[in-house]
Amino acid sequence: MDVELQLTVENLLARYVHALDDNRLEDWPSFFLEKGRYRITTAENYERGLPLSIIYADSRAMLADRVSALRHANIYEAQRYRHTVSSTLVERVDASTARATSNFQAVRIMRTGESILFASGRYLDRIRLNAKAPCFEEKIVVIDSRSVDTLLAIPL
Amino acid sequence: MSTVPAARAWPAEGLGRVPYWIYQDEDIYRREQERIYYGDTWNFLGLDAELPEKGDFKTTFVGEMPVVVTRDEKGTLNCFENRCAHRGALLCLKDRGNVKEIACVYHNWTYDLAGNLTSVAFRRGVKGQGGMPEDAEPGSHAPRKFRVTTFSGLVFATLSETMPPFERYVGPEVAAKIRRVMKAPVKVLGGYSQVLPSNWKLYFENVKDTYHASLLHLFFSTFRLNRLEQRGGVIVGGDGGSHVSFTMMKADSSGDEYEKAGMRSVSGGYRLEAPQMLESVDEFGDGVTLQILTVFPGFVLQQIMNCLAVRQVLPKGVAGTELVWTAFGYVSDDERMTELRLKQSNLVGPAGYISLEDGAVTGFVQRGVAGASARASVVEMGGRGVESNESRVTETSVRGLWQQYRRHMGL
Repeated sequence: MDVELQLTVENLLARYVHALDDNRLEDWPSFFLEKGRYRITTAENYERGLPLSIIYADSRAMLADRVSALRHANIYEAQRYRHTVSSTLVERVDASTARATSNFQAVRIMRTGESILFASGRYLDRIRLNAKAPCFEEKIVVIDSRSVDTLLAIPL
Repeated sequence: MSTVPAARAWPAEGLGRVPYWIYQDEDIYRREQERIYYGDTWNFLGLDAELPEKGDFKTTFVGEMPVVVTRDEKGTLNCFENRCAHRGALLCLKDRGNVKEIACVYHNWTYDLAGNLTSVAFRRGVKGQGGMPEDAEPGSHAPRKFRVTTFSGLVFATLSETMPPFERYVGPEVAAKIRRVMKAPVKVLGGYSQVLPSNWKLYFENVKDTYHASLLHLFFSTFRLNRLEQRGGVIVGGDGGSHVSFTMMKADSSGDEYEKAGMRSVSGGYRLEAPQMLESVDEFGDGVTLQILTVFPGFVLQQIMNCLAVRQVLPKGVAGTELVWTAFGYVSDDERMTELRLKQSNLVGPAGYISLEDGAVTGFVQRGVAGASARASVVEMGGRGVESNESRVTETSVRGLWQQYRRHMGL
């Protein structure tokens, strides 16, 4: 096993979920290449080969728009997530690229005190290794359930 | 101590008031099942395109009743209760699939694709022992069968023998606006569902409420996608419970009514870094950029620019609703068009720039009225009646919902 690669990928994933859970949403786009792709979809859509996403962006600019909409436009009750990422399998594609599959769970904590298991699923990542810092060329978030409680504001 | 008032009378003010117990009362919820979903209504089941092949089936709900929708060997669509005639177990345990017949897993009673009981395991017993009595009628408790109709690729069902045809139920104007969107064979792009912490009627009111759109949804108004000074209108159809609202973008977009009123909707200076998502194509050739259409009691057809979807509104208890979204395009779409629809899908669904707020706000009402069963909301924008209107600063289609609802419910 390529231990260094494994740790590089796990460190990227850890920094990624800490940014989300610490409400540093402005940092979120910087985890992606400028032409990076990000999708959230359901396992059902993914397995049936249906292209619909819950969130879909094909550039860092679209991710930045998502953040500014959440900060300045959209109305939703105060909430946070606590992510747990585990079981990361890493595979080197070439000198500059790796693929990784991880499990994740996100607990959502509402301002009312309610904590629920909001989402579980897989991160299907394609990671660019030779950029300034390792970052996502593509991140597909496949949630296990086809249903979402109330709304999905903060990205997963 | 119960918060439900003894009286169940509608407020004397009529359609301009909606009593809060209507969203809270278990008895009302039970009565809705019988009088609305199992009564004289057309209930949305899905798209014809979801079941293209003979033998295809899907499971869904009419009200709380689990149902199976099938395309049989003749190519006809059927809908029947997802309940075995024997002990009542679910017949179909999958969301969708393709089968020749349907067998209950419990005791292997078997049904054809129209929901007829075709065989009872060990009906005559084994070696002369056991089995059912000669005069038994195992089919007498068969799953209930619905009358199914397809209108412009949309599939609806009713248990009522006396329902008028779908087009008469929704009225000619609403029917025409369905045909407008369902103009060509469609292909499914995918789906998901959203579980809302509110009574189903709060969501259905929300979809019909054109007044809130530019006030709650800042994304719309900031980019002048749906400002009320733009051209548009509201059409109320059928018995009041069906409606269409539409907006024609670009007209009058220089108005400053919002700025003058100092509303939250326009905080200024907010721009998209990637505005390509909103570069829509006038594919209907009529300049209408937004059309939201509902059919009582639980169907929504949506055109938001080039983002097309149907939504099925399912009651899940007094304070719960499941909203099932299915996004679609046309079979004739090229890759570019599909990509545009997929990008604009960011506007809708649980994470939609527009729709996510609807998920939240109906829950705010459900929670807000927890101690106010005996009170009522005020629905007087645009008057107290039910009529089509050129202004969208109106709650006419919300009152239309209550008009039809009250007739069904005898309230």
